[in-house]
Amino acid sequence: MYDIKAIYEAESVAHAVQLLVEHPQAQIIAGGSDVLVQIREGKRAGVELVSIYGLDVLRGVTLEGDGTIRIGSLTSFSHITKDPIIQAHINVLGQAVDQVGGPQIRNIGTIGGNTCNGVTSADSASTLFAWDAVIELTGPEGVRRLPIQDFYIKAGQVDLRPGELQTGILIPRAAYEGYQGHYIKYAMREAMDIATTGCSVNVKLSADKETMEDVRIAYGVAGPVPMRAPTAEALAKGRPTTSQAVEEFSKSVLEDIHPRDSWRAAKDFRQHIAVTMAQRALTQSIQLAGGAVHE
Amino acid sequence: MYVGKNATRVDARDKVMGRTRYTDDLCDKGAYVARVLHATIAHGRVKSIDASAALAIPGVVGVFTCFDLKEKHYFPTAGHPWSTDESHQDVADRLVLTDRVRFYGDDIAAVVAEDEVAAAQALRAIRVEYEELPFVLDVLEAMQDGAPQLHDNYPNNILKHTTIRKGNYEEAIKEPGLIKVEGWYETPTVQHCHLENFICFAEMTGDRIKIVTSTQIPHIVRRVVGQALGIEWGKIQVIKPYIGGGFGNKQDVLYEPLCAWLCTQLGGHLVKLDVPREETFVSTRVRHSIRSHIVSWVRPDGTYAARKLEAFSDQGAYASHGHSICAKGAGAFPQLYPCDHVEVDAYTVFTNKSVAGAMRGYGIPQAMWAVECHTEEVAARLGVDSIAFRRKNLMPVGYTDPFSKNELYADTFNQCIDKGMEVTDYARKYQEYQNQTGDVRRGIGMAVFWYNTAVWPISLETSSCRMVLNQDGSLQVQVGETEIGQGADTAFAQMAADVVGVPMDKVHIVSCQDTDVTPFGTGAYASRQTYTAGFSIRQTGSLLKERILTYAQELTRMPPYNLDIVDGQIVRSTDGRVLMSLGDLATEALYSLTHSQHLTAESTAQIKSNAYSFGCTFAEVEVDIPMCKVKLLDLVNVHDAGTIINPALAEAQVHGGMSMGIGFGLSEKLLFDPKTGKALNNNLLDYKLSTFMDHPRLRAFFVENPEPTSAFGTKALGEPPTCSVAPAIRNAVYQATGVFVEEAPMNPHNLFRCFKQAGLI
Amino acid sequence: MSKQYKLVRCTINGKPVEKMIDVRASLTDMLRDDYRLTSVKKGCEVGECGACNVLINGECFNSCIYLAIWADGKEILTLEGLAGPNGEISDIQQAFIDEAAVQCGFCTPGFIMSAAEILESGREYTDDEIRKLMSGHLCRCTGYENIFRAVKKTMLRRLGKNAEADAV
Repeated sequence: MYDIKAIYEAESVAHAVQLLVEHPQAQIIAGGSDVLVQIREGKRAGVELVSIYGLDVLRGVTLEGDGTIRIGSLTSFSHITKDPIIQAHINVLGQAVDQVGGPQIRNIGTIGGNTCNGVTSADSASTLFAWDAVIELTGPEGVRRLPIQDFYIKAGQVDLRPGELQTGILIPRAAYEGYQGHYIKYAMREAMDIATTGCSVNVKLSADKETMEDVRIAYGVAGPVPMRAPTAEALAKGRPTTSQAVEEFSKSVLEDIHPRDSWRAAKDFRQHIAVTMAQRALTQSIQLAGGAVHE
Repeated sequence: MYVGKNATRVDARDKVMGRTRYTDDLCDKGAYVARVLHATIAHGRVKSIDASAALAIPGVVGVFTCFDLKEKHYFPTAGHPWSTDESHQDVADRLVLTDRVRFYGDDIAAVVAEDEVAAAQALRAIRVEYEELPFVLDVLEAMQDGAPQLHDNYPNNILKHTTIRKGNYEEAIKEPGLIKVEGWYETPTVQHCHLENFICFAEMTGDRIKIVTSTQIPHIVRRVVGQALGIEWGKIQVIKPYIGGGFGNKQDVLYEPLCAWLCTQLGGHLVKLDVPREETFVSTRVRHSIRSHIVSWVRPDGTYAARKLEAFSDQGAYASHGHSICAKGAGAFPQLYPCDHVEVDAYTVFTNKSVAGAMRGYGIPQAMWAVECHTEEVAARLGVDSIAFRRKNLMPVGYTDPFSKNELYADTFNQCIDKGMEVTDYARKYQEYQNQTGDVRRGIGMAVFWYNTAVWPISLETSSCRMVLNQDGSLQVQVGETEIGQGADTAFAQMAADVVGVPMDKVHIVSCQDTDVTPFGTGAYASRQTYTAGFSIRQTGSLLKERILTYAQELTRMPPYNLDIVDGQIVRSTDGRVLMSLGDLATEALYSLTHSQHLTAESTAQIKSNAYSFGCTFAEVEVDIPMCKVKLLDLVNVHDAGTIINPALAEAQVHGGMSMGIGFGLSEKLLFDPKTGKALNNNLLDYKLSTFMDHPRLRAFFVENPEPTSAFGTKALGEPPTCSVAPAIRNAVYQATGVFVEEAPMNPHNLFRCFKQAGLI
Repeated sequence: MSKQYKLVRCTINGKPVEKMIDVRASLTDMLRDDYRLTSVKKGCEVGECGACNVLINGECFNSCIYLAIWADGKEILTLEGLAGPNGEISDIQQAFIDEAAVQCGFCTPGFIMSAAEILESGREYTDDEIRKLMSGHLCRCTGYENIFRAVKKTMLRRLGKNAEADAV
């Protein structure tokens, strides 16, 4: 039994917005795998909830006319992994969210919840950062869209204004066409864990597969919010797919990331792992893109 | 005959149907809900508790604080047999609630409410004022002069220091040409993590109190609740239904005294105390973290000249099982690799941390970590094969311990090692994995273990059994040994069926233990259930059989010595003719107008023996050096547990112990904040139990040398599987990387430091 | 403050049911307390152990972190619903018995329900896939070995691969 003051169940997106406006103190609950745990911990005890779990309209993945991939915010991790559109265009996202917790968590956890809770360890977030995802929010003023990098404000806080809920995550065609990516979750065990560090890389190779036309790399738990490593990206762009380029790219991530020391992991350990992950994720991405890393 | 066969678990069908009832399933929904308020300082005194806001919350029935204890009955909690000799009694240092805080998580008050939400709100609403004292978390620091003192009667926080002296160590090390090998080895604080948290409920009828609890030791719980509440033991009834695992944590009296006391404060109203997972981690029991220092003096020919062990065991805040754990581990040291000159010093030391108690292996996994890590290092220093070195120095056949009189009757170690080498293709793989380079390397390694069954002659060993013949010729069988998931009931049913001579499905084991009706027994611990119950089952079964055959004489005119019971039939042994069924006999015996008799038997067996139970683990690993990760490729345990009563269940038991060894070796560690003493990772996300995906296929093998002291040739198997897994993995990591890891668990944090130090990364 | 209730209509183990449910209840609370389906176990209450796992519309969920009110309109299957009306147990339940995959039994209901979902797919999974699909459950007794055997053997038998199943 949860210490919940009241629950308002939204029947449509508009209704959800209305409920959020009427109950400004209320917390949105999507799948609940974070919110309910926080209520039990006492952090959110006595909370009012607006449940959007019943909004099936926010479930599913679609390909829009301009090639944008649209992921409804309530789409569960397991459904993202199984989705043919995801598999065809950004399979790495499906692979990343297939490493969240365990099967039951992947059935209840939603990609919207995973991004709205603002945590840096979210397995979806680093990949969404790496794919230049756009967040769609619906509120009393209508719909607004913003790049995912702008959506995250600080640890645990995202740009969700009063009355707003996240309704979709969009990946523009330009962001994914011609790219292949790989995600590495570093955790202390192979299942039921949160990332010590997560690293998502994608790469676009030249037609002859010898040159990295574009490289994007994003991390979870390398700072208070998920982040890109622009120095490394700039260093790799236009370089041939050599082991030297990959190594320089990997080492340079330390210019951008700033993991902290905590009981979960020491800073120097996280830095070491981050470099190794960058090297392996880029190598894997190059291979997926049909290239190879040369000596 | 059923002993030795794969009989199906007697409780399996109910368990796969979900109709097995555990404690919470039996509790009436009208129960009040109790929750414990835990201290939020590591050391100090509670000055005041303001519960006024909590009491104003609707649904809150009461708040009971350490200041409400009118009489202070200090009680011990260890699930040891009571000793009528005061000097052998466990330390009585607990109160149901305390104002003297000794660890972050100590029990200072309890709330009782109509539902869990109100109880949780009440906990958050209570204000506590403390007087804080300096605290100490490190076992060696706690022993220093001037360290914060936890208990008045234990200077330097030393609960106990014991020694073993053999020969003359100081003289022996003067022998010329000796090679000195020295190391420090450390094991982590880990928790049992039985899937069912601790839970109990209590209610009163008349002036008696009934407690239903998830325990391994119902009869001991009764005694301790009596001691804690200052009431007569006979006024307490303890019921143990099926339990969701225990692994030693429930071999301690946990919150039964508090729950019972709250019940008495509420007019006997039903009160349930369901301990959340987070509190189970911190405020029940943990495994002792032990730091060991070993010095070996070895001759170039590979024999030991002298050996020394110092072991420092972290007791946490209260005595619980205390020094027994460290002492058991230390006792293994001079026996496993006998040597003429040995010094052992074992210390158990209080710190301001979670209380350490019994956990599967009882000091042996810690001791084997130290000893088998060290053994590998000694062999490496000598430049000899570590298995050959072990074979040369291990306890020889015929070795007899002067204290316990335990004897190694068979060539167990060599047989187990041979089997392990064969099934893992050890020799070939060892060669293949020599001199690797690259980021990802493989290794194979092994470790042996020492274990002894049961607790004689340190403590009482007693087992009682009752058998009742039903009208249909079936048996009701009760023993004081408890089913805790390990499959004891099934082994008991197999034994009883064989002794009496009835089909196994005619043996009804009464699994639920009720101290009002269950024969006295001290419960499940020390891997002794099958060994000890075997004596009383055999003795009682023989007694019942004799009575049945005596009665059969009246019906068959045949003398009892010419009769037998075979497969539920009364058989004339001279020609094998079936004379009547046991069912017919039982019906006649009960309803006879000439001689009605209820055929029953009950007896107690006192067991004045104990048995060594040895074996080994072989591990094959793949180490990803840059990622600081170990992947298990193969894990094999080989045991000599004497005659195996039920091979399938024995194998399953070994798997579970190996699994616990995997966590101990690779991932589990309960962390405490050095600044506050607060546990940091007391939940199943942050405490890294090894998951399905982290496990390799587990393989278990047995070498069966029937144990001559045992009623059925059997001996310990419950705990032994956990004892040698971690050092075997560690020794495999050594072969792969050339790095000796001295501290468990070998998690990535630890390997990062080790590999960095070794220059591998 | 007055308590808030909601009429929850759903199908539990094949039977349509409805009850007024306290909106604060988890699905675990509802199944255990309102319907006395005590195979649904509480091991952590935060979705980390899998003991409370049930099938909702054919997919596995930890019922401890699933609000009871969300069950409205759903089909729920607990372990109690896996056996036939006369107590005939299913192949996967029998496999758990035969493979000695049951010890204390506390995690068993959750595991069997995950296995039920996997087996329902009719697919043949690799060993690693089976491990991953079962990885939302913790077990402290078995080391997962015999659970793995039970699931794999049942999968193979359902696919008619009896010889392969026997060799697991």
